[in-house]
Amino acid sequence: MGNDSSSLITLNNAGLFRSGRWLVRGVSLSVEVGEILTLIGPNGSGKSTTAKMALGIVNPDEGSAHRRKELKVRYVPQRVSIDWTVPLKVRRLMSLTGRVSRNEADEAMSLTGTLHLADSEVRTLSGGEFQRVLLARAIAFKPELLVLDEPVQGVDYNGEIEMYELIRKIRDDLQCGVLLISHDLHIVMAATDRVVCLNGHVCCCGTPKTVANSQEYRDLFGDRAASGLAVYEHHHDHHHLPDGRVLSKDGSVDEDDNPSEGVSVKKFEHSVELNGVDSNVG
Amino acid sequence: MLDDFFSRALIAGVGVALVAGPLGCYIVWRRLAYFGDTLSHAALLGVALALLFQVNITLSVFSVSVFVSLALVLLQRRITLSADALLGLLAHSALAVGMVALSFMTWVRVDLMGFLFGDILAVTPFDIAVIWGGGLFVLLILVVFWQSLFAATVNLELAQAEGMKPEQANIIFMMLMAAVIAISMKIVGVLLITSMLIFPAAIARRFASGPEQMALIAALVGIIAVFGGLYGSLQWDTPAGPSIVVAASAFFILTVLPTASFQILKSARLDRPEAK
Repeated sequence: MGNDSSSLITLNNAGLFRSGRWLVRGVSLSVEVGEILTLIGPNGSGKSTTAKMALGIVNPDEGSAHRRKELKVRYVPQRVSIDWTVPLKVRRLMSLTGRVSRNEADEAMSLTGTLHLADSEVRTLSGGEFQRVLLARAIAFKPELLVLDEPVQGVDYNGEIEMYELIRKIRDDLQCGVLLISHDLHIVMAATDRVVCLNGHVCCCGTPKTVANSQEYRDLFGDRAASGLAVYEHHHDHHHLPDGRVLSKDGSVDEDDNPSEGVSVKKFEHSVELNGVDSNVG
Repeated sequence: MLDDFFSRALIAGVGVALVAGPLGCYIVWRRLAYFGDTLSHAALLGVALALLFQVNITLSVFSVSVFVSLALVLLQRRITLSADALLGLLAHSALAVGMVALSFMTWVRVDLMGFLFGDILAVTPFDIAVIWGGGLFVLLILVVFWQSLFAATVNLELAQAEGMKPEQANIIFMMLMAAVIAISMKIVGVLLITSMLIFPAAIARRFASGPEQMALIAALVGIIAVFGGLYGSLQWDTPAGPSIVVAASAFFILTVLPTASFQILKSARLDRPEAK
């Protein structure tokens, strides 16, 4: 747990006390430049609270939270509800808390597959679309630290993998630190550098493999963890764009299959290979 | 054709509309429609205190409004009650305290009608200077803090995380509201100022596709209502302040009607059993 000034954010033994109980306590962690740190833990384990302490939305009641001076932060909360009385289009949302150029906004929206929504009213978006728009807003600013609270909500399984790939790409491109909150270690592990497992306190931390193999993690997640750490590898003859359209191997994009027009429906084959890595080995 | 008092009333009304439109958008977005009412109840307390201590009414109303606004901010942070319940508590406390304070001053008679509707036709050049000077100052502050204020309105936590200082923006917003109530209450009355905050924003929402656009349209709608109301009052010899509110509500009904009738038509069509 680095405490040096090069860390983007540092929590030192931080805890938050609300309505007669500790939501989290004794959390120490730091996010370094270019690192993806994933917070995992069951519901109510204090993942979001920890992120909020790190962001300065709430001040810890014990311990301390430090952010690097003038740190450029962008945050994608778990849940954002925008009052429908506010007329707000996606393009305007892009520059909500800081100016971004039209090019930067367009680039971020095409990365997340939301460019076609640029002129839509925010309140008309579906949950998954809104989540991707919020991610686009966050990366358009080119932040030094990106905090993502369950960014795959409302996204289907394939979209989820695409999303984590995208987060990894963003990290590589921007060399920013990423604090990622997830409930599912299995899927995020490929892109994650370090994992902190929370359950009201830090119950274990380290590389994804270390955490997955630790007794604390297996106690917390029970059977799923005990069944071994699955590494998902996809072998597809096509590829899903983040907006749900299908990009086949030959590079063509399928907007919509419409059998009634006599066009032969392309058959795509999914073959998911599940390589069970038995965590008991070793 | 334009009597002098009439053009002064127009100039004052336009000044109030220009600043009330954009501020009113925030009232609508933040669901604080009752906030204007609360501040106007508090304004009565301000008037009572001004009479009691022999101080300037505008300053007294401003101070009491700021005090009530800050009380709201503090209570919202500490007490788990919704904004409308808190506003109700504050409004009636302020009103009751104001009435009690007035009852101690047997020599004072408050003209409730004047308080509610003001007297826009009796506007003096000095009043115009206060409205326009104060109004332009409020607009300037609003423009400077627009981004953080809007970000705080859309999502408080997001704004806080990304360094927009939403708490500061909220306090500035409350101060601006208090200032607008104070500078315009004596002249246009409580009913008119709260209407000028809510009506234009509600009408503008139907036409606006962005927040800044909505603020501009609201200012424009307010000006139209001022012109319509004042010319109507000249034409039919009706009280000026209420006529402006009537003009604004007529405008609102006009903008709602087309869609309302459209909805009725649509549901009628759906109800009708149709053979395929």
